[in-house]
Amino acid sequence: MAQQAPSVFPASPSWDGAGTSKIPFSVYTSDELHRRELDRFFYRKHWSYVGLEAEIPNRGDFKRTVVGERSVLLVRDKQGAIHVVENVCAHRGMQFCRERHGNRSEFTCPYHQWSYTLSGDLQGVPFRRGVRQDGKVNGGMPADFDLKQNGLTQLKVACRGGVVFASFDHDVESLEDYIGPAILHYFDRLFDGRKLKILGYNRQRIPGNWKLMQENIKDPYHPGLLHTWFVTFGLWRADNKSELKMDRHHRHAAMISTRGQSGKADQVTQVSSFKESMQLQDDRFLDIVPEAWWGGPSAVMTTLFPSVILQQQVNSVSTRHIQPDGHGAFNFEWTHFGFEDDDAAMTRRRLRQANLFGPAGFVSADDGEVIEFSQRGFDSKPGHRALAELGGREVGDTDHMVTETLIRGMYRYWREVMEDGQ
Amino acid sequence: MTMKTSGNATAAATGRGETSPALRLGLDPQDYLELTQLLATYAAVVDAANWDAWCAMFIDDCIYKLIPRENFERGLPLATMDFESKGMLKDRAFAIRETLFHDPYYQRHVVGAPRVLEVHPDRIVCESNYAVFRTKLSELTTVFNVGRYLDTVVRADDGWKFASRLCIYDSEMIPNSIIYPV
Repeated sequence: MAQQAPSVFPASPSWDGAGTSKIPFSVYTSDELHRRELDRFFYRKHWSYVGLEAEIPNRGDFKRTVVGERSVLLVRDKQGAIHVVENVCAHRGMQFCRERHGNRSEFTCPYHQWSYTLSGDLQGVPFRRGVRQDGKVNGGMPADFDLKQNGLTQLKVACRGGVVFASFDHDVESLEDYIGPAILHYFDRLFDGRKLKILGYNRQRIPGNWKLMQENIKDPYHPGLLHTWFVTFGLWRADNKSELKMDRHHRHAAMISTRGQSGKADQVTQVSSFKESMQLQDDRFLDIVPEAWWGGPSAVMTTLFPSVILQQQVNSVSTRHIQPDGHGAFNFEWTHFGFEDDDAAMTRRRLRQANLFGPAGFVSADDGEVIEFSQRGFDSKPGHRALAELGGREVGDTDHMVTETLIRGMYRYWREVMEDGQ
Repeated sequence: MTMKTSGNATAAATGRGETSPALRLGLDPQDYLELTQLLATYAAVVDAANWDAWCAMFIDDCIYKLIPRENFERGLPLATMDFESKGMLKDRAFAIRETLFHDPYYQRHVVGAPRVLEVHPDRIVCESNYAVFRTKLSELTTVFNVGRYLDTVVRADDGWKFASRLCIYDSEMIPNSIIYPV
C-alpha cells in the first residue's frame, strides 16, 4: 500500500472529521495551543477555582493562588467581602505579594511603595506631588494621574457553598449557568452550606499537560485496572452502580458511583475480586462510615472545566486545583477539608482515608506517573493520536462506567472553543 | 577526650564551659551511639528498599507521618502519608510491591547528626536533617525531598525502635509522586 508516512511534527492538530474519539498528540505538546487555551479557557468566558472561604476566615486574611498562569490574591476585606485581585503591581508589573497566606490591612508593593486597599484600589504613590526643594517642586506624577485608573486588576468573584471562583472576564455568565443544573446538583450536594474545616494541603508538580488531569477524572476505564489497590481491597466492585453525567456543553462532568449493597460493610472492605485472600493489616484505612449528605452515592468525582476537581471518595473530601505551567507541566494542589459538625473521630477518619489520595496516595500516586509517561509519548511523536473509543464514538450521559464518553465530550467542547474563528 | 559510658557527664566533658544538649540532658554516650546507629540503619534500610526491615524498625503502636512543613507549622493535621500502626506500614509495603504502578527509582538518604531534645528513661526525642536524592533509570540524579525527622525512639527488648517518626519536609512541590517512605 503506497501511503506516505504522516509527519511526526505537524503544523497543527489533525482531527479525524468532526469526531473527538481520536485525539491528536499535538493538543498536548504545542506552546501556541497552550497560550490559546489560557486565553480562551482560563482568561475569558470561564470561571476558575481560587479557594475556599474557610481559608480566609478573618477580615484581612489573604491567600495567594493562580488563575491559569496568572498570580492572584484571594482576600477578605475589612467589611468581610471577598475579592480576587491580580498580584501584579500597576506600576512596574511586579508580583509584589510573596507570602502564600497571611493577614494584611493593605497591600504594598515593596519596589516603590505603591499601596492598595484589600479590594485592589490604589491608595497612594510616593512623591505623587513631587519634592519641594529650593523653592521649586521637583518631579511628581503628571497632574492628570488618576489613582482610580491605576488599581490592581480586579476579577469578578462568585461564591457558592463556601467555594470561591474568579474570572478576569466581567461579562462571564453566572456561576450557576456556567456549571449548569446537572452538575450543580452534585456541587451543592458536597457544598451544602455547612462551614468547612481546612485539614491541610498537598502539592505536587506533574510533568504532563494540564488537560490530562481533567481526563484522568473523566476516565472511569482506568480505576479498576491501574489502581489495583482499589480492587484488591474491595472498594472497586463489579456490583457498584454507576452514572456519568455532563453539563450541556460537555465540559464539566460527574462520575457517580454507589458501592454494591450486597454483603455487609465489613465484607465490602475485605472481599476481593482480584486477590481473594488479601486483607489489610490495618483496616482502618477503609473504616467507611456513610454520611447522611451522601444521599446514596458513596463516591462522586466532579470535574469543573478547566481548573478544578471536586473529590468525594467515601469519607475523604478535597478540592484538587489544576495550575498549568506551560504545555508540559502543571502544579496540582490538594486541599483536604471536613465539616464543622465533624467530631474528632470523623476528622481522624478523613485524615486516614486521605492516605488513598494525594501525591503518595494508594490510588492517586500512580495517576501522576501515567500522566508523566503519556506526555513523554506525546512529545516524542506529536503527529500521532490517542484513542478514546471505549463505549463508542458518541458523546452522552451513561448509566455505566465502561466508556470514555466524558473525554470525547470534553474534546467536543475544546474544539468548539479552540477552532472558533479559525 | 574519652567516651564515657555512664550518664550525667557534664561540663567536664568539653572543658569549654559549654555542654552539648545531649550530655546536659544526661544522655548516656552508649545510648547516643546506639541512636546514631539506629538512624544510619534506617537510611540504609530504605535506600536498600528493604520494606520488611523498615517495618521492623517501628514498635507495633507507632506513628509514621510524611508532613509538608506548611501543614506542620500552620497546625493543619493533613499528612502526605499518615500511618498509625505497624500494620499500616505493612500495608504500605504491600502496596509498593504489589499495587502501586510507578517508575522505578533509587533513593539515597543523607542524614545529619541527631540533635537530642529530650532524654527520658528508655525514651529519647531527637531531630535530624535529611536530604533524599532520587535516581531514575536512564536519568540524572535529582534532589527529591528535603526536611527534618522529628523522632521519638524507645528502648525495646531487642534494641531501640521508632515509636514515632515525623518526616517534615521543606520541599514545596513533590516531583510528581512519592512511592517509597522517606
